Amino acid sequence: MANPAGSPLARPAGRGPRIGVVTFPGSLDDRDVQAAIALAGGQSVPLWHADPDLGDVQAVVLPGGFSYGDYLRCGAIARFSAVMAEIIEAAGQGLPVLGICNGFQVLCESHLLPGALLRNAGLHYVCRDQGLLVERTSTAWTTGYQQGQQIVVPIKHGEGRYVADRATLDRLEGENRVVFRYAGGNPNGSLHDIAGITNTRGNVVGLMPHPEHAADPLVGASADGLAMFTSVLTALLSSR
Amino acid sequence: MSLAAAISPADTVDEATKTPQLQQPYADLGLAADEYDRIREVLGRRPTECELAMYSVMWSEHCSYKSSRVHLRQFSDLPHSERLLAGIGENAGVVAVSDDLAVTFKVESHNHPSYVEPYQGAATGVGGIVRDILAMGARPIAVMDSLRFGDIDHPDTARLLPGVVAGVGGYGNCLGLPNIGGEIAFDPSYNGNPLVNALCLGVLPRARLQTSKASGVGNQVILFGARTGRDGIGGVSVLASATFDEGGPAKRPAVQVGDPFTEKVLTECTLEMYERGLVVGIQDLGGAGFTCAISETAAAGGQGMRVLLDSVPLREASMQPFEVLCSESQERMLAIVERADVDEVLALCRRWGVLATVVGEVTGTGRLIVDWHGETVVDVPPGSLAEQGPVYHRPLARPVGQDALQADSAETLPRPRDLRAEVLRLISAPNNASARWVTDQYDRYVQHNTVLAMPEDAGVVRITGEGLGVALSLDGPGRFAALDPYAGAQLALAEAARNVATTGAVPVAVTNCMNFGSPEDPAVMWQFAEAVRGLADGCRELGLPVTGGNVSFYNQTGDVAINPTPVVGVLGVIDDVRRGTSLAFAEDGDVLLLLGTTGPDLSGSDWAWTAHRHLGGLPPAIDWAAERALQQLLVTAAREGLLTAAHDLSGGGLIQAVVESCLRGGRGAQLAAEPGTDPFVFLFSESAGRVVCALPPRGEQRLLDLCTANGLPARRIGTVGGSSLDIDGVGAIDLDELRAAHEGTLPARFG
Repeated sequence: MANPAGSPLARPAGRGPRIGVVTFPGSLDDRDVQAAIALAGGQSVPLWHADPDLGDVQAVVLPGGFSYGDYLRCGAIARFSAVMAEIIEAAGQGLPVLGICNGFQVLCESHLLPGALLRNAGLHYVCRDQGLLVERTSTAWTTGYQQGQQIVVPIKHGEGRYVADRATLDRLEGENRVVFRYAGGNPNGSLHDIAGITNTRGNVVGLMPHPEHAADPLVGASADGLAMFTSVLTALLSSR
Repeated sequence: MSLAAAISPADTVDEATKTPQLQQPYADLGLAADEYDRIREVLGRRPTECELAMYSVMWSEHCSYKSSRVHLRQFSDLPHSERLLAGIGENAGVVAVSDDLAVTFKVESHNHPSYVEPYQGAATGVGGIVRDILAMGARPIAVMDSLRFGDIDHPDTARLLPGVVAGVGGYGNCLGLPNIGGEIAFDPSYNGNPLVNALCLGVLPRARLQTSKASGVGNQVILFGARTGRDGIGGVSVLASATFDEGGPAKRPAVQVGDPFTEKVLTECTLEMYERGLVVGIQDLGGAGFTCAISETAAAGGQGMRVLLDSVPLREASMQPFEVLCSESQERMLAIVERADVDEVLALCRRWGVLATVVGEVTGTGRLIVDWHGETVVDVPPGSLAEQGPVYHRPLARPVGQDALQADSAETLPRPRDLRAEVLRLISAPNNASARWVTDQYDRYVQHNTVLAMPEDAGVVRITGEGLGVALSLDGPGRFAALDPYAGAQLALAEAARNVATTGAVPVAVTNCMNFGSPEDPAVMWQFAEAVRGLADGCRELGLPVTGGNVSFYNQTGDVAINPTPVVGVLGVIDDVRRGTSLAFAEDGDVLLLLGTTGPDLSGSDWAWTAHRHLGGLPPAIDWAAERALQQLLVTAAREGLLTAAHDLSGGGLIQAVVESCLRGGRGAQLAAEPGTDPFVFLFSESAGRVVCALPPRGEQRLLDLCTANGLPARRIGTVGGSSLDIDGVGAIDLDELRAAHEGTLPARFG
C-alpha cells in the first residue's frame, strides 16, 4: 500500500525516524502529512485502517478528513477500527501520537484525549489562515516552539468547537495541557479558545489546525507548522 | 406526468412485436411525434417501455445536444493543437503538459437541480464532474465553481446561495479536492434560475488515458459504487430539458442525493484499478445513468453488449426495469474488464468497501440487449441511442429589442461628483464585494499543491515535484453577453486567458459551459449561436483549442430567459510555479504600471449597474493583437521575475483591481491619473485588455522596454505603500475602511 492512490505525483520517500500515517477510508490529508514528514526529514509509513499492525513505527499521525464519511459523530466509527486498537494501546505505553482535525476528533472519541468537537459556532465550514498561540512546548510534538510564540496555521473544518465540562477544562488548564490556543479571533466557538490539547503524559496531542498545510510556504499558509514534525523527529533521534 | 405514472411495468420485446398499435406516452416523456416515429423506424417495431424511456433520456436536449450540435461543430473546426490528446465528445478534454503527464478539465452545469434543492443539486454537480475527470484516467486534483444568483435582496437568493455554497463545499471538501477559484455574481435575470457551474481538473500519466469503449467480445461489464435507487429518475428529461412553470408540480424527486464518502472511496478504488492495468474501458454514470453508460460504451466499442439488469444492486427491490435504467443515483462507475481480471477487480473493490457486480458482457451482436428476470426488455442498436440522436436546426432571430438596447449607452449617464463615495459604493456592491464568505467555506489546501487560489486571478496548482504547474480561470462575461452575445463570449474568453497569463502561465486550452434560455425561442437561439460563433472566433485569434464543454438550455422561469451566460474556462501551463505571480501588493515602494489602453468604456460596466441599474450600449471592443501581446508579455515578465504583483482589470475597472491588490497584500497605494484624463474614466472604465502590475523601480525600464517592443501601451500610475489608498484628486481611503466596505457585504446578508 505504498501508493494506494496511484498518484502520478512524485512522493518523497524520506529517511530518518519512521512515522506512521493512518489512512482511513475518507482520510484526505494523509498524503499531505506524508509530504510534511518528508520535508521535516522523517520517513512516513502508510498504515491502513483495517490492519491491526503498527510495524516498527516510532510515532503515529492521524490525519484530517472525513473517516468513513463521518455521517455519524466525527471519528465515532474510526475509533473502532483495527488500527486504532493498536494505537490506543501503544499510546498508553508512550508512543507519540498526533491527531490533526479529524484525527483530533478520533482521539477524543477514543478517549485518548478528553472533551469533544462540535459543530462550529457559526455553523459554517471554515477554511482560513489562523493565528495560534503556543501554550505548551513540553510535549512530544511541540518542543521546537517557543512558549508564547504566535504562529499562523490553516484551519479547515465544520466541527471544531472544542467543548468539555467545567471540571475537565479546569483540569486541562491546571495541568497545563492546553497546547495551542486560537489568537486573533476564535473561529469556531471553542471553549477557552482551545485549538489543541495533550494527555497527561504529553505524548498524545490533538489539534484542529493543520500543521501539514503550514510546512511548505509555496503551497501552505506559512512554514510555522513544520516544527511539529521536526519536534518529534528530534526527540526520536536523540532517544536512540 | 412522472415516468412512473406514464409507464406500466414489464414490457418485453416479444410483447412489443405482438402489440404494434399500443398507444405510448412518448409526449409525456419529452419526445416529439417525429422522434417517436424515428424510434419505431430504427427498431422496426414499437419500442418497449424500457426502450422508450432510454430513448427519451438519451435523446433529451441534455444528453443529445440536439439543438446545439450544429453550432458546436465550429469548435471542432478550430486549428489542431498538438497538446490535445482527447477532445470534444470524450468525457473531458485531455491536454499534454509534459512528455509524460497530461491534465484534463471540464465544466458542467447543475442549474436546475440546484434551484430545486440547492445543497444536493450543487453537491451532485461537483460529484458528476469529478467522475467525468476520473473516467479519463485522471486523479482529480482541484475544483472550481461559477455561481450566479438573482438579486442579492431577492428572497429566494437567501435560500439558494447558502445551500449551493454549502453543497459545493460539502462535497468537494469531503472528497479532498481543493477549490482553487471561480466566480460569484448577482443579477435579477437569475431570480428564477440560478446558475451553478462546476469545474474539475485532473492529472494523469499520458499512458494511462482511458477510453469508454466496450471492446473485446467476452469482456465483462462491471458496475461499481453506490446501489441504484429511485433518486434522479428521469432527471434529464423531466428536469434538465423542461422549463420551470409557476404552479407546476414539485420536482424534488428528480434531484439526486450525493454521498461524497462513497465517491472518495470510489475514486481511490478506480485509480488503483488503473494503476494495476485492470481496465479495458470505463464510463461514469451521470445524466441518464445506466442507460447512458451502457449505450455509450457499447456504441464506442462498436460491438454489442448483453446486460442482466436484474443483477444491478438496488436500494429498493420494487424498482421497475425502466427505473433501474434511468436512475441517476450518484457515485457509480461502469468498467469493462477482461474475464481473467474480474476476481482481482472485485477483490480490490471489496478492500475499498466498494460494491461491485458483474452486470453483463461485451458481445459480437452489434446490439445492446437488456434482460430482466429472463426476459428481453431492450434490443436496440447502441449507436441509435448514443450517437444518432435527432439534430435540429432551430430558427434564429435577433431579438426585437436588441438595437434599442445597444443604442442606450451608458457613456452618457450622469457621473458622480464624489468619487471617494463612489469608490466605496462600487467595491461593496454585491458583484464587486469580496467573496470570502463563500470561499472560506471551501478547502483550498488539501493535496498540498495549491500555489494560488481565490481571490487570485487564476488558481495555480503544482503537478510535479520539479514545479511544473497548471493555472485555471473560469469567467463569465458579466452583462456584456446580453448587450452582444458574440462580444460577450469573446470578452469572457479574453478575460479567462488574461487571468491565466497574469499568473505567469501560458494559456493552452479552453472549456466552456453555455447557459441559455429555451432553444425553442428564436431570440435565445440567436444569442446562443452568436456566443458560440464569438467563442470559436476568439479561440482562433488566441490559437487555443476548445477541449469540450457543456450546454445548458431552458434556463428560464416562464417566458423570461436568463441573460445569455457563456462561462469560459482557460487552462494554462507554467514551467515553475515558484515564479507564479500573485495579485497581492507585496513591497512598499514598488511602482504601479497600467498596461493596455483605457477608453470611456462604461456600457455594461459594474459602475453603470451599481450607480444606475443601467444595462445598455455596446461592450468594450477587443483588440486581439494587443490582447495576445499583453498575455505574452505577462508570461515573459513572470519568467524574468520582473513582477511582484499583477492583476487583471475586468468588472469594476482599475479601482476594483487596485483595491483587491491592496487588501490582499495589506498595503496601500498612491494612484494618479495621467494629467488631462478624466479621473472617473481612469478609475471605473472597463476597457478590455488591461492589467495593473507592481514591480520594484529597478525593473521598471525593462518592463517598459518589453511593452514598447510588443507595441503595448504602458504607463506609470502610482506606487505601493502606506496604510491607505491615496488617489490624486479623489482623496485617501484607509485600508481598514476599504476592507470593511469590501468584505462586509456578503456576511451582512448571509450571516
